[in-house]
Amino acid sequence: MTKLHPGRLATLLTALVALFLLMPLIAVVPVSFTSRRYLSLPDGKYSLRHYQALWEDPEWLSSFLTSVQVGVIASLLAVALATAFCIGIWMLRPRFSGLMTGFVLLPMVAPPVVSSLTLYFFLKKLSEWNSLIAYDSLGGVILAHMVMIVPYAVVVVMVSLSQIDRRMDLAAQSMGASVPTRIFGVILPNIRFGLLGAFFLCFLLSWDEIGVTLFVTSVETITLPRRMWMGLRDNVDPSIAALSVLLILVVSLLVIARALLLMRKERAAR
Amino acid sequence: MRAYLFLICPVLLFLGGSYLLPFLGIMQLSFTDPEPGLGQYSHVLSDPLTLSVIWRTLRICVIVTAVSVAAAYIITLLWVRGRPLVRSLTELCIMIPFWISVLSRAFGWMSMLSNRGLLNTWLKDLGLIETSLQLTRNEFAVIIGMSHYLIPFAVFPLATAMRNVDERVLTAADGMGASRMRIFWQVFLPMTASGIMGATLLVFVFSVGFFVTPALLGGGQSVLIAELIYLWIFQIPQWGMAAAMSVILMLAVGGILVLLMRRYGEMAK
Repeated sequence: MTKLHPGRLATLLTALVALFLLMPLIAVVPVSFTSRRYLSLPDGKYSLRHYQALWEDPEWLSSFLTSVQVGVIASLLAVALATAFCIGIWMLRPRFSGLMTGFVLLPMVAPPVVSSLTLYFFLKKLSEWNSLIAYDSLGGVILAHMVMIVPYAVVVVMVSLSQIDRRMDLAAQSMGASVPTRIFGVILPNIRFGLLGAFFLCFLLSWDEIGVTLFVTSVETITLPRRMWMGLRDNVDPSIAALSVLLILVVSLLVIARALLLMRKERAAR
Repeated sequence: MRAYLFLICPVLLFLGGSYLLPFLGIMQLSFTDPEPGLGQYSHVLSDPLTLSVIWRTLRICVIVTAVSVAAAYIITLLWVRGRPLVRSLTELCIMIPFWISVLSRAFGWMSMLSNRGLLNTWLKDLGLIETSLQLTRNEFAVIIGMSHYLIPFAVFPLATAMRNVDERVLTAADGMGASRMRIFWQVFLPMTASGIMGATLLVFVFSVGFFVTPALLGGGQSVLIAELIYLWIFQIPQWGMAAAMSVILMLAVGGILVLLMRRYGEMAK
């Protein structure tokens, strides 16, 4: 029995869609080598000045560091909260667990602009009480990012919990293991890859986050996407082309490496 | 029992305090700012300028949804059913854009479409046009940019539906002499209808609250609902209006999601 493969027409159309998907990623490459100060193509003269600007401008560096800080702290806290929640639901299977999970997933499904307005409102109110977790502060951005990424962490951890064998936990319980022992000795070691995946996804989401960040920051705390936005909004700064090329390169390498790894695994499995 | 509460409660308290409570505050604002009553809602739903923004948002979102789902369907077809090499290549074409930040992608379209961008430069070099075409700062650019962002999201529900298609049904149609085109239109497409429905609702929900891409590629010329809310907060402070619009948006999206879950719930049975 031969499987029906898509024909020539479908292949041609797919090639067009693929071209459409890759076109903007390729278009930034020549722009990043322009010798001018505005968005343009290099006419004969290629220049690395915009890459140099990225390297030498302290503002880009400080935004880079801000983004890393926000991403790491927000992801660690979000994964911790999400893991505790998921383990609680998994062990206890309480009433209303569907309702509670739905509530935790809310920031993921609500329109981003509504979440942004809500968090802006919240941080503005908090600013009247303290300056640590406030509008336009590092703490404020971390809190806002946590709200937005917690649902994703919950989804990933839930999935990895659903794959472990419940009988292991029952065995530990029947042999008299306490709740902390069951969690730290049995459950957590078994979902460690899920936790790593959740952290990685959360970090990526926070690293790219712009919608909410635009609402809750202004001039003090500027993450990398926020600085890109500033450079895109007014006079388009070709440094962003250089930065985009670097980001696109990193993502492409990671995706290709992952694909190759999977292919090798599949071959080994055969 | 206490141990369990320590596990489940922190995240509920965290989101209750920093998300649900402030959202209730927003709801309260929508009924009280600047004056108590339903004035904000009636203003949002009767002011011609606001209505034109709502109308434009709906129109653009419908077009974007149709374009994204159609394009995603084609590429998913090859991703799921192509030969191994084709499959890997299409997977890269889907995954690489998917993981790249929305800002870089919007900037990519600016480099492509702006006055001194790639497309205009090529067309000029070829002598096809004299002056640059205005391809950004309009609805065209917004539709292109948003579709580009949303195609990968439409791929996932479609891929699930296509993987669930029973191979034997296709073989049976083939064995009875149906042409490839007929197998596709009369057998394969109807069998993936649930995936199309899921992808359509998902993409539409995402597109309605979209902010970054329209703001950058529309250049203030085609303001959508999300950007209007931003303007109502940061340019001409009108908290009540922004709040009322947010509540309406939330209700609309909530309604669509309930629809989506009902559909999937029925399918699960």
